[in-house]
Amino acid sequence: MSDDAAAAGPLPIVPYLKLPEGGDPYLEGHRCAACGAYFLGQRDVCGACGARGRMEAVELSRNGELHAYSITHRSFPGIEVPFVSAIVDLDGGGTIKTNLIGIDPDPEKISMGMKVEVVFQIAPRKDREGNEYMTFAVQPANRGD
Amino acid sequence: MSDVYIGGIDMLAFGKYPERSVESLGGEAALGALDDAGLSIRDVQALYAGSLMQASANPGQRILKEIGQTGIPVVNCANACATGATAFREGWTAVKAGLYDAVLAVGVEKLAGAGMLGGGGSKGISSEGLLGSDSMPCVFAEAGMEHARQYGTTFEQFAMISVKNHHHSTMNPKARYRMETPLEEVMNAEMISYPNTKLMCSVNVDGAAAAVILSEKKVKELGLSSRAVKVRASVLMTDPYTPRDQVMPDVNTCTRNAASAAWEMAGVGPTDLDLVELHDCFATAEVLHYENLGLCADGDAPKLIDDRDTWLGGRIPVNVSGGLLSKGHPIGATGIANLYEVSTHLRGDAGERQVEGARLGLTHVIGLGTCCGIHVLEAPSS
Ligand SMILES: [Zn+2]
Repeated sequence: MSDDAAAAGPLPIVPYLKLPEGGDPYLEGHRCAACGAYFLGQRDVCGACGARGRMEAVELSRNGELHAYSITHRSFPGIEVPFVSAIVDLDGGGTIKTNLIGIDPDPEKISMGMKVEVVFQIAPRKDREGNEYMTFAVQPANRGD
Repeated sequence: MSDVYIGGIDMLAFGKYPERSVESLGGEAALGALDDAGLSIRDVQALYAGSLMQASANPGQRILKEIGQTGIPVVNCANACATGATAFREGWTAVKAGLYDAVLAVGVEKLAGAGMLGGGGSKGISSEGLLGSDSMPCVFAEAGMEHARQYGTTFEQFAMISVKNHHHSTMNPKARYRMETPLEEVMNAEMISYPNTKLMCSVNVDGAAAAVILSEKKVKELGLSSRAVKVRASVLMTDPYTPRDQVMPDVNTCTRNAASAAWEMAGVGPTDLDLVELHDCFATAEVLHYENLGLCADGDAPKLIDDRDTWLGGRIPVNVSGGLLSKGHPIGATGIANLYEVSTHLRGDAGERQVEGARLGLTHVIGLGTCCGIHVLEAPSS
């Protein structure tokens, strides 16, 4: 089963994570050409202004700024804790929520407004059919690795 | 259009009722509210029942089968944590429109022992712990940290909310918990999602509350003027688009929009209020709503906490019932239980925790997804 999964390649953890064949993973937003609002995920009607047929798929930036966060010490059963849950405003538009990694889960170490970058990695869990998933996180920017 | 009144209201003590059914709890609250108004179920023209977990299983009809199967119209509703307020407001709307003179609103939930709430099912693998946390303690922690970023609000200030509400609950015989929790105890409790410790998270409990909603004509006919609480504003709002709301539910804009609609409808403002019961689902949330409801200027919530302005005896007491943090949060019942609390003060019946001379009070609930219910209540003319 794992051979089949490997042959097919990882699946995206959310539909707005795009895995182009032979290219780098990226996050896709949809921007309303009428009002400029950003959304995660495909849509035809703008939730901000109601315009129809004006949504354009855009590649979201891999760079952004930590807007807010929490350090989760108790989650749902089976989820490894602690981890930093982060709200990140991406440069140029779009806001994502994901784990902030590469930093101690300590409020003394984390500063809101800090620059972060999106990284893509294979998720540590598989679905019931044994499929692998690609996920994403953010880490402090300019770490030089 | 007629003025609308709460002619009778009651709630069960929040807690654990493992042997009781939803309809039994809801039925007892309904009978309590009817007794308070001096009415029988035969006087009730419609029933509005709120229960988040049970709304698809006819809780209103089941309640009538317990207390009087009169064949009246029933509406069952679910609207996240605004479920009870929504049921009440549906009744208010019908009386306001002149359709009925006497209706009943009941909110009921069995939630004791429920685990941490939040997150939805999804295809593929769970994103919890990979794409942050969708647990309620985390979502409201992130909203609190946004405030901390803007205004420097500290962990200690967030924790003081819980100290206050637990203190208030010691004076409320209907609260789930009635114990003092000193600051160190709150801050050193198990960290759930920073900065919310376990004592800064609302309590899952069973509960029920009910209100008899009357037209002005009916209040006069029944001679209830010295007991009936006037509903000066009834507002329900949902969340308009804001740029981060797909990943960070915006409880602030929704509450602000509901509050400004309430001021307009009631013809009063936040400085006219004598007490407030607001949606302290987490300690961080209460801080945000001080500013959202205009109890202080933007950025002044930390000062409000330091000055103890929202304690019983302070400038504007908030959650003197003990709030969701200590009284408990049986979701569907919450939005009617806070109407019970404010009505009890406006009638001068709140005993040890009475806000002296209370004439005008506000109730607020907000559910993620997002919906906000606000009611402004005025004391009986006496
Ligand atoms: Zn638009």
